[in-house]
Amino acid sequence: MRPLLRSLWPPVLVLAVLVGGWQLYVTTAGVDPTTLPSPARVLEQGWANRADLWSQTLPTLQETLLGFALSFAAAWLVATLLDFSAAARRGLYPLLVASQTVPIVAVAPLLIIWFGFGLLPKMLVVTLTTFFPLAANLAAGFAATDREAMRLLRSLGAGRWRAFRLVRVPGAMPYFFAGLRVSITYAVVGAVFAEYAGAESGLGIYMQAQKSAFRTDLVFAAVTVTAALSVALFAATYLVERLVLPWQRKERRS
Amino acid sequence: MSGLRVQRVSKSFGALDVLRELELDVEPGEFAAVIGPSGSGKSTLFNLVSGLDRPDSGQVLVEEEPAGVASGKVAYMPQKDLLFPWRTVLDNTALGLEAQGVRKKTARARAGALFADFGLDGFQRAYPSELSGGMRQRAALLRTVVLERPVLLLDEPFGALDSLTRTEMQLWLAGMWQHHRWTVVLVTHDIREAVLLADTVHVLSARPATVVERVPVPLPHGERDVTAPEFTAVERRVLGALRGTTAVPAP
Repeated sequence: MRPLLRSLWPPVLVLAVLVGGWQLYVTTAGVDPTTLPSPARVLEQGWANRADLWSQTLPTLQETLLGFALSFAAAWLVATLLDFSAAARRGLYPLLVASQTVPIVAVAPLLIIWFGFGLLPKMLVVTLTTFFPLAANLAAGFAATDREAMRLLRSLGAGRWRAFRLVRVPGAMPYFFAGLRVSITYAVVGAVFAEYAGAESGLGIYMQAQKSAFRTDLVFAAVTVTAALSVALFAATYLVERLVLPWQRKERRS
Repeated sequence: MSGLRVQRVSKSFGALDVLRELELDVEPGEFAAVIGPSGSGKSTLFNLVSGLDRPDSGQVLVEEEPAGVASGKVAYMPQKDLLFPWRTVLDNTALGLEAQGVRKKTARARAGALFADFGLDGFQRAYPSELSGGMRQRAALLRTVVLERPVLLLDEPFGALDSLTRTEMQLWLAGMWQHHRWTVVLVTHDIREAVLLADTVHVLSARPATVVERVPVPLPHGERDVTAPEFTAVERRVLGALRGTTAVPAP
């Protein structure tokens, strides 16, 4: 617990200074709350509208988690395919890289046209934004397997699948978690963005509505919730990693 | 029943002749050491014996069958210990069996039964990062031995250890071998190690490698004293044979 506290207090301190400065500026300069509400007001109004915010958070969270689950499954499938087939590596990998240059801003509205205002287009945007770091890191992790280790397995008569399962998959786990942390931070933002492009509910559409109503304070409140969700998911990856890779902590300690 | 027969084996990679008509016979229960200058094709020989690679000509027979990965007759211990950090020591030692398709539970039980013998008792649930260098090599050897294959192939197993630990491990292996009488082929750079452990030291020439001399070690196992004149005499013979393989003249 102690190292966690030690790594937590500096960002908390910086955040407190920033928020304090913001509060001080808004109150002393008398800024109009529709332009820039004070942090206290954001908190107060956010709390007052907590039921509303919560009901908008749930669909966003659902889209995020489902979209991420899809991304997760696709990343494993594609990375495995890339690992097993040199042809797939040559044919698919450049396209995957190129796909990263497609602006989601342009694609998201199209997805709405194709799939409507429901859950699916949001899931797809989340998948599109999170898939690549996951798949690329996983594929890199498989490829980084010690060649000597593969020879050893082969000399013992292990086929490709068994060697994959026994050595390549567990060896790729640290890479996988690195990719997971990058992509999970995109996930919530992806969902919010997809809602911005058109949705019936969710934090994205909520922000848009509040902006139109000049409720800047509630926009900020929704942003805070979005950030909190991202940070929570990010922290959760460490928790999962600790459970899945118990050996890593011992290795670091020794 | 014969152990290992390498018969007139040649192997080249492109224009590079690595092995030429190499002959090597190891009887069951014999400890053979193979020593040679760097780059003399020891690892190529290893790949052929373990069945990872095929000779261009000649043949490698293990118990009268051509060597092959599928025949499962040779257990190979690589230079690096290759213990996997995500597996406990017990699971690492069971890995070879698992790779062969033995069920995890059975594999663990078989490997676990050897822990005391290998001085690893109490470390079953530890991770490799918690072991000393010598213990890691013992675990790697256990992973190899538990396969119960007719021939053990050890590729410079102690090369990465500090010299004190290496000496300790050599003496330990000598003791273990006396007890179990495995058929061993040890590849090494270390003349003393070869003479301390082996029944016969096979000296390879530079590339293309062939066996230039077979030096028998006529000293009883378990009583070899590295400082005894008989011991140093054998070392000198091996060294002499090795010198002949390189351009460096004897002083």
